[in-house]
Amino acid sequence: MLRGNLSFDVAHLLAGSLVLVSFMQLYQDRLYALLNVYALHALVLAASVGWQAFVQDAPHLYVTAVIALVFKAIIIPAALHRIIVRLGIHREIETVVGAGPTMLLGMGLVALSMVVMLRVTAEADPLAREDLAFALSVVLLGLLMMVTRRNAVSQVVGFMSLENGLVLAATGAKGMPLVVEISVAFSVLIAFIVVGIFLFRIRERFDTVDIQALDRFRGERQ
Amino acid sequence: MIDALAGVLVIPAAAAVLLAALPGYRLTARLNVLAALLTFVTASSLFVVHPESGTYLLVDDLNKVFIVLTTFVGFTTSVFSASYIGHEIEIGRLTPRFVRFYHAMYQVLMFAMNLALVANNIGLMWVAIEMATLTTVLMVGIYRTHEALEAAWKYFILGSVGIALALFGTILIYMAARPVIGEGVDAMVWSALMSRAAQFDPALLNLAFIFLLLGYGTKVGLAPLHAWLPDAHAEGPTPISAVLSGLLLNVALYALLRFKMLLALNPEAIAPGPLMVIMGLISCLFAAFMLYRRRDIKRMFAYSSIEHMGIIVFAFGMGGALANFAGLLHMTMHSLTKSAIFFAVGHIAQVKGTQKIADMGGLTVTNPVLGWGLVLGVVAIAGLPPLGIFMSEFLVVSSTFAREPWLAIILALGILVALGGLFLRLNTIAFGEPRGPTAKAEASYVPMFAHLALVFMAGIYMPAPLVKGFENVARLLG
Repeated sequence: MLRGNLSFDVAHLLAGSLVLVSFMQLYQDRLYALLNVYALHALVLAASVGWQAFVQDAPHLYVTAVIALVFKAIIIPAALHRIIVRLGIHREIETVVGAGPTMLLGMGLVALSMVVMLRVTAEADPLAREDLAFALSVVLLGLLMMVTRRNAVSQVVGFMSLENGLVLAATGAKGMPLVVEISVAFSVLIAFIVVGIFLFRIRERFDTVDIQALDRFRGERQ
Repeated sequence: MIDALAGVLVIPAAAAVLLAALPGYRLTARLNVLAALLTFVTASSLFVVHPESGTYLLVDDLNKVFIVLTTFVGFTTSVFSASYIGHEIEIGRLTPRFVRFYHAMYQVLMFAMNLALVANNIGLMWVAIEMATLTTVLMVGIYRTHEALEAAWKYFILGSVGIALALFGTILIYMAARPVIGEGVDAMVWSALMSRAAQFDPALLNLAFIFLLLGYGTKVGLAPLHAWLPDAHAEGPTPISAVLSGLLLNVALYALLRFKMLLALNPEAIAPGPLMVIMGLISCLFAAFMLYRRRDIKRMFAYSSIEHMGIIVFAFGMGGALANFAGLLHMTMHSLTKSAIFFAVGHIAQVKGTQKIADMGGLTVTNPVLGWGLVLGVVAIAGLPPLGIFMSEFLVVSSTFAREPWLAIILALGILVALGGLFLRLNTIAFGEPRGPTAKAEASYVPMFAHLALVFMAGIYMPAPLVKGFENVARLLG
């Protein structure tokens, strides 16, 4: 019984922390800080997945945890660090919406996902349903970040934290097959994105990674 | 002994490896055609031999139609692509290294689409659609220009968000299935899901469908999630525009239809139809009006694809044997016609050296075959009788009219507005003063006219077995 409660509480704590770190990302207005917070995000995810692997006695989930730890918490932030230094954009990032309204919107989204998920999953087991509610919050906060930022790098960070929310959901769904495959597929996707940012610069095609400047190249705007 | 089902996967996969290793574009272009032809023949044999469905692969009447259509258009596009790419190499727009990459990616794309269609597992299907997205992203950006990179980036980000939402929906479906079917792979297998769907938690299914509709709907190009589509069509190589419009949109649609069937089996879940009807109508109307402001020929036809996907989703959303039949027919006709149009547009853009509508004119005089081919294609896509799209649009509108007259009127309005927009531009491109270079095109016209002939035939006479097959699938779709 004690074991059951403990496993529940720890899983709950970790998933909740992930939402908290998502909020921390929302108001970071410097790219360096944003990347550091993202690394923390991935670290919390790794801990959460690792805990699920332990609790569910599902050794394959350790693979996902290790991917989260090594790839997402170390390699990707380090690579992005280097890229933003090379691009010379480690100054302030512009947000389309200010920090205050963004946080309010974020709270609204979390409330929304709680209302939706907790009502919908009334019959599922409590761990899964709360995990799912947290996961949806992380996904929505990631989306919010993608729409409130103009900088390509911070949009990517938004996408990656969205993806962390998905991995949280997938590991929370007990016994879900293909989780490892899916997390590998996502890692490939992210690697592509990072290489993509890098290529933009390497090829000297863009002077900036500011999305608004990219719009200039649209086919129909003369 | 490999059966036909595995064949449609193994052939493109093997061809991709081979094409990546071989140099020289003449040889590889032919090999590409050969592999696509083999895949098509193998896929057609599915009608004769009946392979067993397993835990991972599935074949039934629904996906047979999709697989055969996909492999057929894949084959004809590869024929077009051979002459298109030849020209691109001549003018130095593509280097041989990129062409090798292009051919390998073409087969990977075929593999991914076939995998998505035959997957008997919602997770596998998701992975396949992601793979198809990634390969097309790479191909859209292959010219390495500002525009191409921007289009690829936009497609990539929007596509990834769509894919991510679809995954969340997939997880929710698993959550709904787990208490009934039990943990593990079984709870993600289509056939198992379909047989037990009535016992799933309806609330979870509803929520899952919303995510799946938004996620896969992004890939179908439904407004307001369509923003990636015109850019991706306009900036990539034209064979890829043809495959995107003619096939990849269908594959995402197929995923949606599968989930719609799943929801339909649960009496307490929401009816997915009305949601699809609304999104379809919005897409159709929106795209129809957007047609008027287009200056780029490929972007124009990309918007026309959004319009037609809107009509198709609308038809499937209405449901019922007749509307489903119309939707299936329309989907087939649209794939054939739109790819034929892109075949013509590809060569036209090569002759004129531009995609700007303002810089091309009088095509029927300067390049009669291409010009009239395009005219025929546009007449077909606009839905004029006696061609196939007229038939299917007529069926969609008339079957809707009997049930929801107002919706039918809105839809008809969209179709008419689109017709006006298309003809306005066609007038500039095909008739009037010749503008721009008038060089002869070294084109293979066979794929284009083969498609148009099929569309024409479907408009006047549909063979009985085909009608029966479609009716059968329409019944399956509920």
